[in-house]
Amino acid sequence: MENLGYLLAAYTVIWAVVFGYILFLQRKQRRLQRQIDALKGSIEK
Amino acid sequence: MNGKHALRNGILWGLGFALMIAALYMVFIYVPTEKHTGIIQRIFYFHVPVAWVSFLAFFITFISSILYLWKRQTKWDAIACASVEVGVIFTTLVLITGPIWAKPVWGIWWTWDARLTTSLVLWLIYIAYLLVRSLATEPAKGARYSAVIGIVGFIDVPIVFLTVNMWRTQHPTTIIFEGGLTTPMLMTLLVCIAAFTVLYVLLVIQSSGLKTMEAEIRRLRIIKAE
Repeated sequence: MENLGYLLAAYTVIWAVVFGYILFLQRKQRRLQRQIDALKGSIEK
Repeated sequence: MNGKHALRNGILWGLGFALMIAALYMVFIYVPTEKHTGIIQRIFYFHVPVAWVSFLAFFITFISSILYLWKRQTKWDAIACASVEVGVIFTTLVLITGPIWAKPVWGIWWTWDARLTTSLVLWLIYIAYLLVRSLATEPAKGARYSAVIGIVGFIDVPIVFLTVNMWRTQHPTTIIFEGGLTTPMLMTLLVCIAAFTVLYVLLVIQSSGLKTMEAEIRRLRIIKAE
């Protein structure tokens, strides 16, 4: 099991970056949706 | 999002999840350990698909940028930009996982050989693409200028791919096309490539949707200001 640490490091980085990006996209989507709703609301008034 | 899109995304997420589970099973349980370099060779099964996705992402950007400059439809710009975002993330992963693999095998983290250097240049080209967009004073100008980078920058992709065959490099050659893999290794690699390709499609759909929302916000702000 030599070099197991390197292997785990590589896979951890991949998953951390992929999940981090998915989280970033979801948060951004919620923020943009709130902005769209607020703008639509203020235009309708 | 309408019902048709929700169903498509649901199917893609399900397929992507199933493929990723299968890929992890094959990488860590199914595939035998490579004789010469040992367990560290298993990085290969994610390193190569991640590199493949970055090439695919920049190819999609290349095509979408041409279509945007030709037809001036914002959907092509949204796809091009989303694809660059995903491509840069995956190129970053290539540049991180490569040195992690190189250190125990070559004894060094990095060397300025043709494959590694052109990969770094590729990453810098598309970082420039994202910077041009974010620094542009007008979104339309940013879209036009970045589309040009998306087209010209793609020249580096075939160069990166061919470096290992054109020059003598530290990096292994394209053994996939030379029959250098056993059947279980090839099967594992193909499942991993399929899993990451589905992940790429999902991320581009999600990210390009956000670009469309940003355009909608700009439109609503103009209406509100009038």
